[in-house]
Amino acid sequence: MSAARVGVLVFPGSLDDRDMLRGLELCGAEAQFLWHKDARLPESLDGIGVPGGFSYGDYLRCGAMARFSPVMRAVLEFAQSGKPVLGVCNGFQILCEAGLLPGVLVRNRDLKYVCQDVRVAVEDPGKFRAELPPGRGLVMPVKHGEGAYVPDPDHKPRVAFRYVGGSPNGSTDDIAGVANAAGNVVGLMPHPEHATDPLLGSSDGGALLRSFLAACVAARTRR
Amino acid sequence: MKLRVLVSLKPGVLDAQGRAIEHALRDLGYTQVSGVRTGKLIVLDLDTPDPEKARALAAEACEKLLANPVIEQYEILS
Repeated sequence: MSAARVGVLVFPGSLDDRDMLRGLELCGAEAQFLWHKDARLPESLDGIGVPGGFSYGDYLRCGAMARFSPVMRAVLEFAQSGKPVLGVCNGFQILCEAGLLPGVLVRNRDLKYVCQDVRVAVEDPGKFRAELPPGRGLVMPVKHGEGAYVPDPDHKPRVAFRYVGGSPNGSTDDIAGVANAAGNVVGLMPHPEHATDPLLGSSDGGALLRSFLAACVAARTRR
Repeated sequence: MKLRVLVSLKPGVLDAQGRAIEHALRDLGYTQVSGVRTGKLIVLDLDTPDPEKARALAAEACEKLLANPVIEQYEILS
């Protein structure tokens, strides 16, 4: 089976786009950048990664401006067709603002930017389950100022990952990441792409990225 | 005409900044202060003389972009 072909979005202010591209390549993907002004996605794309950073300077609200960029319209259609989309950190915030994931991320409870390794437990990561059985622990870094998850009262979230031993940011019910109802869109605050090699302190993020890629390939063969 | 839009967190959503400001005020001796909430004021210059139309435009902008209805409320001030 050929490698998953994935795109990594690049907005003005994206920071982790290169790390995400490299992490996905390390996990066997054919990855390419997708510029925020591109209204059309390349043909034969299997999945999309939305990386961390400070898109549009985090103006107004994190992710609020990126949501209206031309590429996001294409990403909305892509996600609605059942193709996998992974959002990390600012990418998670963007997917929430775009309505692809329920809820929203707000300022950390203690108003402090947090930068540390965290442990999360897998609960229900939707279709990204190849290497993510429920209960599996993953160590990955977080680095954010606005990572406290607030659920939408009208949409009970499907909790993909939960912080173990308390959240670093005041997240509701220690939620670290959620999936959409269909299970093909997953977002989380911790950074799997920064935990892809023992040299980085953990390679647990690789399991998450490979699970995303497995979902990409599965969605392709179903077509 | 100009309209001002006040966007703030809904009651019940933790306003971490408001809480920090309240602590600082109380540390300064303003012990009468409580319930501090923050928000942002956005000024819009709308190219229409019709106040009703202007307010409708501002409300639409709030629903679409300026406020996130999951956590925020807005008020249109003149």
